[in-house]
Amino acid sequence: MVKLRIHKNVIRLSLFLGIISWIGLVTTDIFIQFAQSHNVPSGFKSEFTYIFLTLFLVSVAVYYRFITGQAERINFIDLLWRVFATGLFATIISLAIYLFYELLGQGSLASKSLLRSFFFHIRLGLFAAFILSTFMVWKQLILYQKTKRLILLWQIFEYSLLASIIFVFFPGRGDWATLAIILIPLLLLGLILSINLKWIAYLDFRQKWKSISIMLAIAIFIIFYIQQLLYQITVLEDSERLRGFILNPFIIATTGFVLIYSIFSLLVIIFNLPTSSVFEQKLEEIINFQRLSQSSQSEYNTSQIYNILLESAAKAVIADAGWIEVTHNGNPRLLTKSITQDQVDNFKKRLQANTDQPEIIDPLHRPRLQRQDFEQRQRRYRLLSLPEYRSVLWVPLVVKNTIVGNLVLVKEVSDGFNKEMISIITTFASQASISVENFQLMNETLVNERYQEELKIANRVHRSLLPDKPIANDAFDISAFSESADQVGGDYYDQYQIDDHKFIIIIGDVSGKGTSAAFNMSQMKGVFHSLAQLDLPPDKFLAYANSALGRCMEKTSFITASFFVVNTQTRTLSFARAGHTPTLYYSDKTKQACYLETKGLGLGIIRNDKFDQYIEVSEKHYQRGDIILLYTDGITEATNEENEEFGYDRLKEVITNNANESSGVLQKKLIEELYKFCNHRPLYDDYTALIMKFT
Amino acid sequence: MVDVRTDFEGDSCLITISGEVDASSSIYLDEALEKAMNSDIVRILVNCNHLNYISSAGLGVFMSYIQELEAKGKRMVLYRMSDRVYKVFEILGLHQLLTIVKTEEQAKKESNEL
Repeated sequence: MVKLRIHKNVIRLSLFLGIISWIGLVTTDIFIQFAQSHNVPSGFKSEFTYIFLTLFLVSVAVYYRFITGQAERINFIDLLWRVFATGLFATIISLAIYLFYELLGQGSLASKSLLRSFFFHIRLGLFAAFILSTFMVWKQLILYQKTKRLILLWQIFEYSLLASIIFVFFPGRGDWATLAIILIPLLLLGLILSINLKWIAYLDFRQKWKSISIMLAIAIFIIFYIQQLLYQITVLEDSERLRGFILNPFIIATTGFVLIYSIFSLLVIIFNLPTSSVFEQKLEEIINFQRLSQSSQSEYNTSQIYNILLESAAKAVIADAGWIEVTHNGNPRLLTKSITQDQVDNFKKRLQANTDQPEIIDPLHRPRLQRQDFEQRQRRYRLLSLPEYRSVLWVPLVVKNTIVGNLVLVKEVSDGFNKEMISIITTFASQASISVENFQLMNETLVNERYQEELKIANRVHRSLLPDKPIANDAFDISAFSESADQVGGDYYDQYQIDDHKFIIIIGDVSGKGTSAAFNMSQMKGVFHSLAQLDLPPDKFLAYANSALGRCMEKTSFITASFFVVNTQTRTLSFARAGHTPTLYYSDKTKQACYLETKGLGLGIIRNDKFDQYIEVSEKHYQRGDIILLYTDGITEATNEENEEFGYDRLKEVITNNANESSGVLQKKLIEELYKFCNHRPLYDDYTALIMKFT
Repeated sequence: MVDVRTDFEGDSCLITISGEVDASSSIYLDEALEKAMNSDIVRILVNCNHLNYISSAGLGVFMSYIQELEAKGKRMVLYRMSDRVYKVFEILGLHQLLTIVKTEEQAKKESNEL
């Protein structure tokens, strides 16, 4: 902001100074002239006028230096227009003065030399403004895409020019030889700088034509002015004095440089006209290539990508027509340009018949690829020929190593596709393929992310199916934990209080794991809670469960379960095992643990009324300090690196060694031992344990 | 991984299972059993000598054919099973529903007792 304000103030100050110094210049000069013609001392030395002139030129230079925008931000044509407008204005005024004299002819007013001087100063001021504004614009054009060296060179040029202003104060100012010594190096430097015409390359065809006319006009304005000013200082009577203003190295060198650069630009633009279409095309190819490579990231879908490909490819090689044929998700699709679908079908038929044609054409890899690799050949392009279209370029589109379609471009002329065209088309095709591939990958990622999200929800629901806290009771304490190998699993445990003294406990394991197991597990929960309220003995309970689950599980699925009824009044356990891993029972009295290996059969294995004969109910009295451990096979079958199972003995050992602890501590010890055994590797199966200790 | 080979020898079908049958590989076992079930053969002998491990999914495959065997009047005998694998069948209770014997001779003898 501060910088901007300083900027504005400099512009205002220089404008003000410029006007003041110009008025100063005119008044002192006319005063001197008046005094001379009346032969009275004016009191002014001619140095005064030079001081005003210098101040004026510097102010104008500063003014235009700050007012001219940078070419990087402003359009070249806008810059040129501005110069043109200034030049036009200055020329019209000058022309008006010229016409004024022409109309007056040899009238008395025309001979008034004071008026002549006044007009001379108007012309000089306008010329200076025009030349300096042009100079500043040329500076922007030269410094377009600048290098450090170029900036240095320009600064030397600009400051030397500025320094040359003081030449007017030296006595040798009227001396042509001295003038030449200063002018020649300045003009040479200007000549060297004038070869910086990079901006021209960035003009398109229309802009080039505009630039040519503007440049021509500018050159004409300058030449007209030079001619007018020279006439005034050579032909007219008071030329000696006026010459001092014009023959100043700053003005001459600046004018010379501005004219040289205009002519250079003019010629270069003219010679660049024929190649501008090629440059434009290359630029467009780059832009299209960028569109293709970015298309996978934005809202484009595959058919839009193919559309861009067809459009850009046809444009890049100036094809007469073209089409893309792709199979997307099993559906064939056809995109055409300047050709109908029927015509395409017609061509395809004939192209197929034509494929015996010698396939010459791979100027890039011809020597290496022979007939050995069919796949490789399929991926390459082919050039074919038809009567209507004598050049046909066929490029396959390969996505994820399979050909999904092809791009065909046709031209009426023969040999219409050269090496560069083929290479740009194959590049386009492969870039489009990459974009399509990326697009598909991105979609897959999105779908996967959604599945992950769904699984997270499933995991939450699954967690909620297991009891969140164990039953609190004076007669026993319970701890339980369950971990799934996947987000959801098939392990199940639950508890239910029938009355003040009667509790039921169940552990279950659904065959298989993951989602399907989790569904069956939730059915198991439903069955458990329905039957639990009926206060059934274990065998009846399991028989009903078998019958219910047998009806709704798939053929290969089954559930194993252990079912316990705990009566805290009689201190008895009544239990049955439906194919589940045998429960570990620790007796405090004997300090021994054993597995309760009763007869049993998994739920859902036989789906008829013969189930009861495979189930037996056992009863057991428990003592204070006794422990029962219900668990799933994920624990006993957990393996270490040597593929050794955790097994029944280790499990028994963990319980026996920590039998004095509470169920909570026992659980912690069990998990610790299990993880130590597996060496903290990820789980392969779901595992669950429920520890109950009697008090 | 598992390798399941099916050989038809005369009037019996010999299925040899090698390796581990888990959730993903149990479909090979299922395919072999289904092939045997859909053939005219009535005797199915399953050699479990090289069966190192069977998961609940694998057990589910055997289980799913129990009632179909009975309905079609076919006989399936599993033999030379390791103690560890037998224990898995035993815990689930499948040993009560399937015929599991020690040797090949026994298996052949059992399969004849229709």
